[in-house]
Amino acid sequence: MAFDVSTEQAGDIAVITLSGELDANAAGSFRSAVEEAAAAGPKRVVLIMDKLQFMASAGLRVLVFAKQKMGTGVDLFVVGARDAVLETIEMTGFHHSVIMMDEFDASEIENY
Amino acid sequence: MQRVDVFPTHEHQGHKLRPGKPFPFGATLAPGGVNFSVYSSHATSCTLVLFDKDAPEPKVEIPFPDEFRIGNVYSMIVFDLDIESLEYGYRFDGPWDPQAGHRFDKSKILMDPYAKAIGGRDVWGQPPDWDNIYQHRARLVYDDFDWDDDRPLEIPLEDLVIYEMHVRSFTKHESSGVRFPGVFAGIREKIPYLKELGVNCIELLPIYEFDEFEHSREDPKTGRQLVGNYWGYSTLGFFAPKAGYAATGKLGMQVDEFKALVKELHRNNIEVFLDVVFNHTAEGNEHGPYISLKGIDNKTYYMLTPEGYYFNFSGTGNTLNCNNPVVRNMVLDCLRYWASEYHIDGFRFDLASILGRDPWGAPLSNPPLLESLAFDPVLAKCKLIAEAWDAGGLYQVGSFPAYGRWAEWNGKYRDSIRKFLKGEMGVIGEMAQRLQASPDLYATRGATASINFITAHDGFTLNDLVSYNEKHNEANGEDNRDGTNDNDSWNCGWEGPTDDPGINALRMRQMKNAMTMLLVSQGVPMILMGDEMGRTQYGNNNTYCHDNELNWQDWTLLEKNAELFRYVKTMLAFRHAHHALRNRWHLTGTDTVGSGYADITWHGTQAWNADWSGTSRILAFMLCGKHAHGGQREDDYIYVAMNMHWESHWFELPGLPKGTQWHAAANTGAPPPEDIWQPGTEPLLENQAGILVGDRSVVVLVGK
Repeated sequence: MAFDVSTEQAGDIAVITLSGELDANAAGSFRSAVEEAAAAGPKRVVLIMDKLQFMASAGLRVLVFAKQKMGTGVDLFVVGARDAVLETIEMTGFHHSVIMMDEFDASEIENY
Repeated sequence: MQRVDVFPTHEHQGHKLRPGKPFPFGATLAPGGVNFSVYSSHATSCTLVLFDKDAPEPKVEIPFPDEFRIGNVYSMIVFDLDIESLEYGYRFDGPWDPQAGHRFDKSKILMDPYAKAIGGRDVWGQPPDWDNIYQHRARLVYDDFDWDDDRPLEIPLEDLVIYEMHVRSFTKHESSGVRFPGVFAGIREKIPYLKELGVNCIELLPIYEFDEFEHSREDPKTGRQLVGNYWGYSTLGFFAPKAGYAATGKLGMQVDEFKALVKELHRNNIEVFLDVVFNHTAEGNEHGPYISLKGIDNKTYYMLTPEGYYFNFSGTGNTLNCNNPVVRNMVLDCLRYWASEYHIDGFRFDLASILGRDPWGAPLSNPPLLESLAFDPVLAKCKLIAEAWDAGGLYQVGSFPAYGRWAEWNGKYRDSIRKFLKGEMGVIGEMAQRLQASPDLYATRGATASINFITAHDGFTLNDLVSYNEKHNEANGEDNRDGTNDNDSWNCGWEGPTDDPGINALRMRQMKNAMTMLLVSQGVPMILMGDEMGRTQYGNNNTYCHDNELNWQDWTLLEKNAELFRYVKTMLAFRHAHHALRNRWHLTGTDTVGSGYADITWHGTQAWNADWSGTSRILAFMLCGKHAHGGQREDDYIYVAMNMHWESHWFELPGLPKGTQWHAAANTGAPPPEDIWQPGTEPLLENQAGILVGDRSVVVLVGK
């Protein structure tokens, strides 16, 4: 399935929705979306992953990039990651660096 | 404004190039491309060979133009490469003159010795393509791991309790209950267990990339497949963590996974030591394969005889030429890399005596490599531990060239405690030295030079030490000829598993005795993975080739031997609670703080009067808590009575100053829960004048 990414700004929360397969070729467009979101200076960044079926190491590298680009003052939320995607995040220990959520809960994110 | 070095100056078959930078060695990401740097003292030319991941044939071969060479270093930047999918290697040309030590063969593709990740064994046990012309392939890694504020913990060596662990064995067994068995991520899942146990340092058996298929064979008797290289003491690449030890190995993310493990262990106040193997490589001798060093610069990297054969001080086929200046620098680069990039806290050097031999095998009194390591600024706070012997006859326990920095695996500690434990006579003098961190060996280096251990991966587990008189290694397929015969073990009356409750109770007591003695000794204790729950290898004392239950930790033992686990865990808490047990320097046997008691005094069944005779099996000692850390810390008085005789004995207790009284901390002869008490809850001894110590039992008292 082709990769798709879309970005939304809601106040000072940036929401990036991913779907399909995030392989090495697709990583570039994910990265661009992260840069675009960072430019607006959000306080929280939410990555919606429930429609993401696969994430190669290139995709994980963009997550690492996102975390570092946003800086220590910004919380990164990973919402709805499941199966192979969730496993990859947990195996590499990346889940210790972000806030993992099963479902998107706008108020929980705002009040975190 | 762009840097000038992002512009190519040369081209080869569609690939843009530029002269590279000699430093750093290996392959590093440069603006727009990759910088490759490799050296050889005796080659005449070098070609960079590039593959797409897993492809059978190279996609391009780029000879290094002569103008890209500085001295013996070939370097080049290649632009527009896909970091994720690239594999690279080298062909070296030079003389073929084995007697002079040169074995150049330009038909072989060789792996970069500085490869930071290696492909070809991505998943443990997955059979490789034996026709692959380039079996172990160098890959590139990103260096963008987010350590946050992590750094090496620098816990003082005297405060460490080391837990020797094999990555796969620790969680591979189903009973471990982890989601990612047998890998780095699995160890992370067991961190709560390690904290509960109370160890604050794990020493991992080799994690440098190795080939588990090396020397694989079938056991002639059972037809069972024996993994040639399970423990990992045969290195392919010194800068790469084993992909097969990572759940994400198949995705090429082993570097991230291992770093995440170190970071999480550090967050939980646990240090990480690596067991490193610089004494030989997986290339074997003249009959072994070309993987890397042999084809890059054989004469420099290996100790060779005058006829050009390979010296074999490691017992495995070849010996790394560690004191050759080029090799020395590579070893230094390697350790610096792990210390700085992976935040490793310490290193244990396998067969370290080889590191003190010169290029012709002769022992050096001032080996340059060991000196470099001891004084290196990057390694300055790392612990350095030597297995101070090799397979060529050198035994340097107590005489290893230490430069005031190196600690040693104290093989004499192991031997003395085992003899005492099994009830041998006449080892009381030895015991007194060993309990004090062996001043007879390490007086100039301090107590922390002595890494005390009773068991390690080599030899019996603790359970087997008290269950077998002889080794039983038939399953190794070598007719029980392999493995040491000097085990100093005693089976307590029956060889192997038994239903006899008396024998099993004695075995349990003996294991508690061993652990107690280990944990009240001055020096640094090391525990073998699983001994805290009675892990058994059924009498096999050399399980180097078993990828099965013989090695895999059986976590159901935690329940079956809950009594032992509780005892060990509480004994560890006892050690952590008492500074008097954890001194940096040796005790003096004198009163240096004016407490009226010497820092350590010796006793027997009579207070103040130990029985040092050749028939004695009894020893007791008392530590004066006012001397803890040379008098800088306050601690309680500690008294330990060890009765390895088969009869109970009444021990007269030394008197304490007014206001202090003896309390019972542990008594291996008492049934649980009275065998040991949580520190702080020790009950007052009713009779302050003496105590009955059961046969083959150890008693620990605190005076407060």
